[in-house]
Amino acid sequence: MPETAPVHIRQGSSIGQPLTRREALLKVTGRARYAADNHPPGMLYAVVAASSIARGRVASLDVTAAKSHPGVAEVMTPANAPKLAQDPDEKANPFTFRLDLLQNDRVRYANQAIAVVIAETLEAATEGALLLRPTYETEPAHVVFASATPFVPPSVGVGDQPKASRGDVESGLTGAEKRVDATYETAAQYHNAMEPHAIVAQWDGDRLVIDTPSQGMAMAQSRIAGLFGIDQADIHIRSPFLGGGFGSKGLISGPQVLGIMAARLVNRPVKLVLRREQMYGPVGHRAATRQSFRIGAKADGTLTALDHHTVTASSSFDDFFEPSGGVSHTLYATPALSTTYEAVRLDMGTPLFMRAPGEASGSVALEGAIDEMAESCGLDPLEFRLKNYAEVEPLTGKPFSSKALRDCYVQGAKRFGWASRPLAPRSMRDPAGLLVGWGMGTATFPALMFQAEARAELRADGTGTVDIGAHDMGQGAWTALAQIAADGVGLPLDRITFNMGTSDLPNAGIAGGSAHTATAGSAIHNAGASVIAALAALATNDERSPLFGAGNTGVLARDGRLMRRDDESRGESYSDILNRAGRHSVEGKGQAAPNPGTQQSYAMHAHGAVFAEVKVDPTLGQIRVTRLVGAFAAGRVINPRMVESQYYGGMIWGISFALHEQAITDARSGRITNANLAEYHVPVNADVPSVEAILVDEHDPHVNALGIKGVGEIGVTGTAGAIANAVWHATGHRARKTPITLDTLIR
Amino acid sequence: MNRFDYLRPASVAEAISAGRKPGSAYLAAGTNLLDLMKGGVARPALLIDITRLPGLDGIEVLPNGGMRVGALVRNSDLAYHPVFSKRHPAVAEALLSGASAQLRNAATVAGNLLQRTRCAYFYDTASACNKREPGAGCDARDGENHLHAVLGWSPECIATHPSDFCVPLVALDASVEIEGPTGSRVVPLDSFHRLPGSEPQLETVLSPGELVVALHLPASAAGYAAHSRYLKVRERTSYAFAVVSAAASLRLEGGVVSEARLALGGVALKPWRARAAEQVLAGRACDEAAFAEAAEVALADAKPSGDNAFKIELARRILVRALGLAAAGTPDRMPALPGSVFAQPEGLALHA
Ligand SMILES: Cc1cc2nc3c(=O)[nH]c(=O)nc-3n(C[C@H](O)[C@H](O)[C@H](O)COP(=O)(O)OP(=O)(O)OC[C@H]3O[C@@H](n4cnc5c(N)ncnc54)[C@H](O)[C@@H]3O)c2cc1C
Ligand code: SF4
Repeated sequence: MPETAPVHIRQGSSIGQPLTRREALLKVTGRARYAADNHPPGMLYAVVAASSIARGRVASLDVTAAKSHPGVAEVMTPANAPKLAQDPDEKANPFTFRLDLLQNDRVRYANQAIAVVIAETLEAATEGALLLRPTYETEPAHVVFASATPFVPPSVGVGDQPKASRGDVESGLTGAEKRVDATYETAAQYHNAMEPHAIVAQWDGDRLVIDTPSQGMAMAQSRIAGLFGIDQADIHIRSPFLGGGFGSKGLISGPQVLGIMAARLVNRPVKLVLRREQMYGPVGHRAATRQSFRIGAKADGTLTALDHHTVTASSSFDDFFEPSGGVSHTLYATPALSTTYEAVRLDMGTPLFMRAPGEASGSVALEGAIDEMAESCGLDPLEFRLKNYAEVEPLTGKPFSSKALRDCYVQGAKRFGWASRPLAPRSMRDPAGLLVGWGMGTATFPALMFQAEARAELRADGTGTVDIGAHDMGQGAWTALAQIAADGVGLPLDRITFNMGTSDLPNAGIAGGSAHTATAGSAIHNAGASVIAALAALATNDERSPLFGAGNTGVLARDGRLMRRDDESRGESYSDILNRAGRHSVEGKGQAAPNPGTQQSYAMHAHGAVFAEVKVDPTLGQIRVTRLVGAFAAGRVINPRMVESQYYGGMIWGISFALHEQAITDARSGRITNANLAEYHVPVNADVPSVEAILVDEHDPHVNALGIKGVGEIGVTGTAGAIANAVWHATGHRARKTPITLDTLIR
Repeated sequence: MNRFDYLRPASVAEAISAGRKPGSAYLAAGTNLLDLMKGGVARPALLIDITRLPGLDGIEVLPNGGMRVGALVRNSDLAYHPVFSKRHPAVAEALLSGASAQLRNAATVAGNLLQRTRCAYFYDTASACNKREPGAGCDARDGENHLHAVLGWSPECIATHPSDFCVPLVALDASVEIEGPTGSRVVPLDSFHRLPGSEPQLETVLSPGELVVALHLPASAAGYAAHSRYLKVRERTSYAFAVVSAAASLRLEGGVVSEARLALGGVALKPWRARAAEQVLAGRACDEAAFAEAAEVALADAKPSGDNAFKIELARRILVRALGLAAAGTPDRMPALPGSVFAQPEGLALHA
């Protein structure tokens, strides 16, 4: 458990307070222990040797040369890799992805592991890997998105239909007075968390202890248990902090499992850390997309039909299809709507969930196409969006559980000063003559919910403990979940011990889909309610208690006291109740799960409106986002400071999506030529001069007991499109391909 | 990385005698060399750490009015040096437009001159690269060459030299002071880097053991201080190599150019001095037409080496802009975004 900074005691509720990160002190003093900071005695270093071809087989490896390098202890290849209890290509469910674990000599993508060198030092292992000098039987590889043959994927995202529609699109298009037919392209992107995938693995017989960053410890346990044929309970994962995950640490990746195999092979603790360039392949990415729209509208700007066709790519051996069409299901009211998909197979690593999978790539394209329609109707982009405001979810016709998007538009536009925007492009300049453009986009992300469990305890000394195996990827779970925990057990934050980040705690599900606070928070909330109920039962059944006869529901818990709901002056402290009952403590358990009833009845999404200002050099083409204002409504805000920072982060990823990020693949070799952070650009401080996030009030009585929607991923949606639209407004050039690069603006 | 010997010589003479051995490499701040070693691109057998050599970190004005800058002076220290930055503002601006603050605090003057190309195929040991392995071929030719050279390239190599620092330096007639086994010599920076020709593995005129000890700027270079700018177009606002950059320095007499100094960066395997374009400007009024004509001449020999024709037009436009900025005058203070099109000169409309 990490040491936490003292909290300021505030009156009443912890929820809603803008507390700073409780682990901030540890982080800024370098004492937060990340996976690769662990060095158990006797530990060896493992380095992956990665394939430089994209398809074929490994013909030879100079194992002798590697092994004779001083310090090299062992070289793990298909010849001696531990045999697994389960074929790593076996798919138990759509959440199981095929892994490359040295079970054969096939190469399916560049940067796939073809051997692991284990040595006394990192340097020796690194040199050992170079000395392997692999030779290959190379087969022609398909890596270029455009060249492969498309097919209709069986499903997209995780189990979504590749085809959805409502109404008659063709007649909606025929009857339209305005048409937009446009194709948008988005580039392949890699998650690039600061912390590479790292693992320190230690076996003790059939018991395994691993330090590794994970967004889903229970799922990792079950995958590892299956692969090694061991009991899930015998796997102990410690993952107190992640240096970012963005989806790439949601499932245990091949290289992490290789670290465990290496430890088994040498029978010593082993550390394996991927090199930056090795993260471009085996740990997932966002595939490129090409999205074609056919949109119809009446002359007044009312939509008559929206057709959104996505072409994307998966690997040659597994299925993950970027679900870009989803945003069209929820955003704009239209009587006829259709989303369809095609995909190609490429010799590359399997794509995976990455920063709003589907929503991010779909949003930049849809927001562009919608902007084109607004332009063609001669309407202000905001007015156009308001005109086509969806009062019910367009695809399903369901009412929204809550939707304060109108407030987002209003508050965001006001703060930004949108009202003074000239309609025509290329009509604003700054004093230095730079072109200025304003654009907007609508943000949206589904309010998801997974399964989780939590445990709470209250003790006679007036303290409590809340346990949950939750994950902190940097978003602030250590703080926000503790705030929910404190309120849940009715204690000030500094009187509870809050434990998370290890797999021996109750299963918190996966920290993904922007659903962790809602999911883990609900389980914690319910555990709190259950322990309070147990405590209340002791009091209300004891005639010596001032609460005698109040009944469980007739009591309130706050600041370590239970009191009558109808008369708060009548109550007593937790300690008094427990001491009198001769109890050291009481315990409670709570669960969280999606509620099929509300899912049936309501469409549940967070929303937002993002406004962007860009400046573009008229002759040299260089682009800069000079201002971003986002207004978001995502239900209950647990900690406004953390939430604001999530929105900032998301919006900055939006800048990245619009202007920077792209993996450049050599069409011949299938290797990514910019697999490093000097050349795979993400925004730096100078690219983000001004970003503001407005937290718009939204009360949602349906999503979950706490009314929480997700805030992690929504910021990237809306933003990228707003920027692309602002570039159009500045230059008159409609960039339908992201990232937008300066050469396209000067040609 | 491979096992190598490490030597920390106490004197320049000791460094040079060690540096003559095949397989040795001088280590300055290592911001480039160590990356190359980690990637297996450079595999020296002997690393000669020159960072503790005495006497190589001075910045001085010489009796002849020129400036001498020691090879080990850190990029930041030079950019912020009160005398140097006043006399050579475009050089300071170029330095500050490069890399990140952390890198500039470490990187040395000589290391910057001698940094290797950023060609992705040079870094990727599985690719064919004539520079890394003479005769192997050049995978950039038919590969990703969006940012490769448009001037001075050869079929054997189309890479560029990535330094910002070198661009105004070459414009201002800087020269490189070298100590070697056979004594010392001074080489103009313009002839220090080699164009690829048929031997792209030979990058500079340095022969084995030769050590760069200092950089010289002639007294005349300071005569441009009032009208000197560096402009660097890049794919993000900061911390990116130049797509194309330009240094422009002018001496003006009553609105007329008496002398011009021009160079381009990111276009060739060396900082590219545009002498013919300078001639065009001499005696001309400071106007857009003259600048455009100079830019035309500067790029007269340019040709795309791949998917990069846009760089030729971009280079012309950058030259015109840089000349405009230089003519408008060196700002009193270093812009907050050095070398950037977003530097926003006070009350000045340059983007007509
Ligand atoms: C992420 C990143 C971004 C960057 N961005 C930019 C940029 O935008 N613009 C830019 O201009 N640069 C940029 N750079 C490059 C940076 O400027 C160079 O890495 C740095 O200047 C090298 O200096 P150093 O002292 O670290 O040299 P080292 O890495 O120590 O050495 C570089 C080379 O010079 C040789 N050498 C060093 N000193 C001597 C000497 N005295 N005599 C003979 N040989 C010597 C070494 O043997 C080696 O071959 C960037 C670098 C990185 C890593
Ligand atoms: S351009 Fe030059 S550095 Fe790049 S691969 Fe070709 S030879 Fe090597």
